[in-house]
Amino acid sequence: MSQRTVYDKLWDSHLVKQNEDGSALLYIDRHILHEVTSPQAFEGLRLAGRKPWRLDTNLATPDHNISTDPNERAAGVAGIPDDTSRIQVQTLDDNCDHFGIKEFKMNEMGQGIVHVMGPELGATMPGLTVVCGDSHTATHGALACLAHGIGTSEVEHVLASQCLVTKKMKNMRVTVEGVLGVGVTPKDVVLAIIAEIGTAGGNGHAIEFAGSVFRDMSIEGRMTVCNMAIEAGARVGLVAVDEKTVDYCRGRKFMPKGEMFDKAAEYWRTLISDADAVFDTEVQMNGSEIAPQVSWGTSPEMVVPVTGNIPRVEDQTDAVKQKGVERALEYMGLEGGAPISSVAVDRVFIGSCTNSRIEDMRAAASVVKGHTVSKSIKQALVVPGSQMVKEQAEAEGLDKVFIQAGLDWREPGCSMCLAMNADKLGAGEHCASTSNRNFEGRQGNGGRTHLMSPEMAAAAAITGHIVDVREFTGDQS
Amino acid sequence: MKAFTQHKGLVGPMDRANVDTDMIIPKQFLKSIKRSGFGPNLFDELRYMDEGQPGQDCSQRPVNPEFPLNLPRYRNASILLARKNFGCGSSREHAPWAMEDYGFRAVIAPSFADIFYNNCFKNGLLPVVLTEQQLDVLFTEMYADEGYQLTIDLVQQKVVRPNGESFGFEIDQFRKDCLIKGLDEIGLTLQSTQAIKDYEKTRAEQQPWVFGAIK
Ligand code: SF4
Repeated sequence: MSQRTVYDKLWDSHLVKQNEDGSALLYIDRHILHEVTSPQAFEGLRLAGRKPWRLDTNLATPDHNISTDPNERAAGVAGIPDDTSRIQVQTLDDNCDHFGIKEFKMNEMGQGIVHVMGPELGATMPGLTVVCGDSHTATHGALACLAHGIGTSEVEHVLASQCLVTKKMKNMRVTVEGVLGVGVTPKDVVLAIIAEIGTAGGNGHAIEFAGSVFRDMSIEGRMTVCNMAIEAGARVGLVAVDEKTVDYCRGRKFMPKGEMFDKAAEYWRTLISDADAVFDTEVQMNGSEIAPQVSWGTSPEMVVPVTGNIPRVEDQTDAVKQKGVERALEYMGLEGGAPISSVAVDRVFIGSCTNSRIEDMRAAASVVKGHTVSKSIKQALVVPGSQMVKEQAEAEGLDKVFIQAGLDWREPGCSMCLAMNADKLGAGEHCASTSNRNFEGRQGNGGRTHLMSPEMAAAAAITGHIVDVREFTGDQS
Repeated sequence: MKAFTQHKGLVGPMDRANVDTDMIIPKQFLKSIKRSGFGPNLFDELRYMDEGQPGQDCSQRPVNPEFPLNLPRYRNASILLARKNFGCGSSREHAPWAMEDYGFRAVIAPSFADIFYNNCFKNGLLPVVLTEQQLDVLFTEMYADEGYQLTIDLVQQKVVRPNGESFGFEIDQFRKDCLIKGLDEIGLTLQSTQAIKDYEKTRAEQQPWVFGAIK
C-alpha cells in the first residue's frame, strides 16, 4: 500500500462505501451534541419517525447559552433568565431523555464546553471519527482522530444512520520546527499560522500539525492549535499519536481499561504519517521566530506580533485588501501605524474551547498572582471550560488567585466567546480575549475583540492595555 | 428539500470578502428551536440600525439606508453576488436557512467556507463558484444595470448573463443530483443499511473498544 498520512489512515478505516460520483459514506464513531444546533435535528428525526442508529456513540451537554453566573446557575434550568435560551437548554434535556442519549446536564459533573468535555472524559479517542454541530470540533484532532464540525442536517443524518455523506479532503501539513521562546504559547503559534496562510488557506484540506514545536507541546496545547484550524479555513486539524497522546488517554472515564487499553494503544501508535506520505500542500515555519500574537482587526488573519504596529491602509498591496483593512480599522476604532500595545482594553475574557483548560487557568493565574486588575477594566471574566476544569482549578486554589486579583470566577460554558448569554461586550468596547473569533459583533454588538493567549489576556487585565507578557512586571500604566 | 434545476432572478450584492456566518445570522437568533423564520434577520447587524432581538417585529425597526440589499432596486433579489471565503466562521445551518427564508436561491462567490458550502446543499440553496475575474464582471454589470437578472442553470452548470453569454461552473455529481431531484439524503443513506451493519461488525472485531463506550 502506498504511503499514507494520518488523515488518509483515518479516512480509510472509516469508509463504509465509496460511490462512483466521488462521494463516500463515512462511518462516525462519536457524536457530540449541544443545545444550539441539535433541536431541529431531533425534530427532523421525530417527523420522519426515525430513531438514533446507536446510543453508545452520542454524548450531549449544554454549553453555548447557559449562564455562567454562579447564582443563576444554582437555580438550575429554570434560573436561565432569557426565555429563548431556557427553552433551548430544556429542549436538549427533553430530547436526550426522550431518545435515551447520554447527557451531562447543566450543573452535573462532566458538563462543559463540548470540545473541552469530549477529550477530558475520554469520549474522544485516537483513531475515531468525531463530529459535532460546531465548527471547532477540529479541537479533538489533537488526539489524532478525524474530527470536524457539521451542520444541523448532518447532525440529523448522523443520528439516523451513524454515517456522513462526504468527500475526502486534501492533505496539508504545517510544520513548525524550532523551540518556542519564553512567553510564547500554542495560541501564538496558531495565530501566527493563520496570519501566514490566511483564513481561507486551509479550505478543502485536513491540516496535520507537525514538527518539534508540536511534539514538545502538551496535549492541551495541541488542542488549542487544532481548535483554530477552522480559522485557517480547514475543517480538520490534527496531530499524530505519540506517547503523550497515549498517556493523556490513560484512565479517563470512557476510555478502555486494562488489557483493552493496551490493545487500543498499540493500534493508536500506528496513527502517524508514513515517512514518504505525500501532502497536497506543505507549509513550513520557524517556531523560534514566533512572538506573542494579538489580533487587531475583524478576521482571525488580522494578527500582528505584540511588538508590531497596526497595519495601515496605504501599505496594502491590492484594492480588496485595502478595503478590508480600512473597514476593520474603522470598526475597531483604531489608527493604522500605531503600536498594538498602545490599545486600551475595557474587558478581559479568559475562556472558550480554545483556552479554558486547566493549563490555561494555571498560566493566567501565574500572571495575575499578587497583582490587581487595572481600575480602567470594567470586567475580567475567567470561565473554566468544564466542571472538571473548575474542580481541578479550585483544588489548586486558582480561583482564589483570580478573585484576589479582582477577576470574576465563573461557571463553565461558552460565555463571552460568542455572547449568547449575558456575558457580552458593549458597543465600542475592546476586549482582550482568549477565544478564537474576532468577527464584527462576535462578543456583543459593536464589541471589539483582540485575540491572544491566556498569559497575554491576564497581563492586559492588570495593565489595562495590550502588553507584551514578556515585559510584564505588573506595574500599571 | 426544494429541488433546484434552473433559476432566473434579480441579483443583489454582498460586496465584501470573508462574510462570516455571524454576519449572515447573528448568534442571538440561534436560540430558536425552529428551522424557519430567520429571513427577516438575515444580515441583521448590517441591515438594521438597532440591535435585533429574537421575536421582534422587524417591519417596525429602523433600517440602514446604506446597506445595499435595503435599496429598492435589490428588493426581492434571489441571487447573491459575494466575495471570497463567503460563509466562514461557525457551522450554524441557520445561515443557509436565513438566506433561503429571505428568498435567496443561489449565491455566487469566488470561494466558500467548507461547512457553509456543504450546508447550502441540504437546504436547496445553490452555492456557485466562479473566478474572481468573472465575479468582477458580474458585479460591474449588476451595478450598471438596475433590474439586473441572471439565470442559473444547474443541469447545464452555467450562469447565463443578460447578453446571453455564460460562465460554466463545477459541482460535485452527487450534490448536483440531490439538488436536482430534491432528494432526502438520510433516506438515501439508509438504503445502505446492510453495508453499515457489515462495517460495524468488522470494526467491532478489530477495535472492540470503539463500541459501547458511552453509557
Ligand atoms: S467556546 Fe466559543 S467557539 Fe467554542 S464551542 Fe463555545 S461558542 Fe463555539
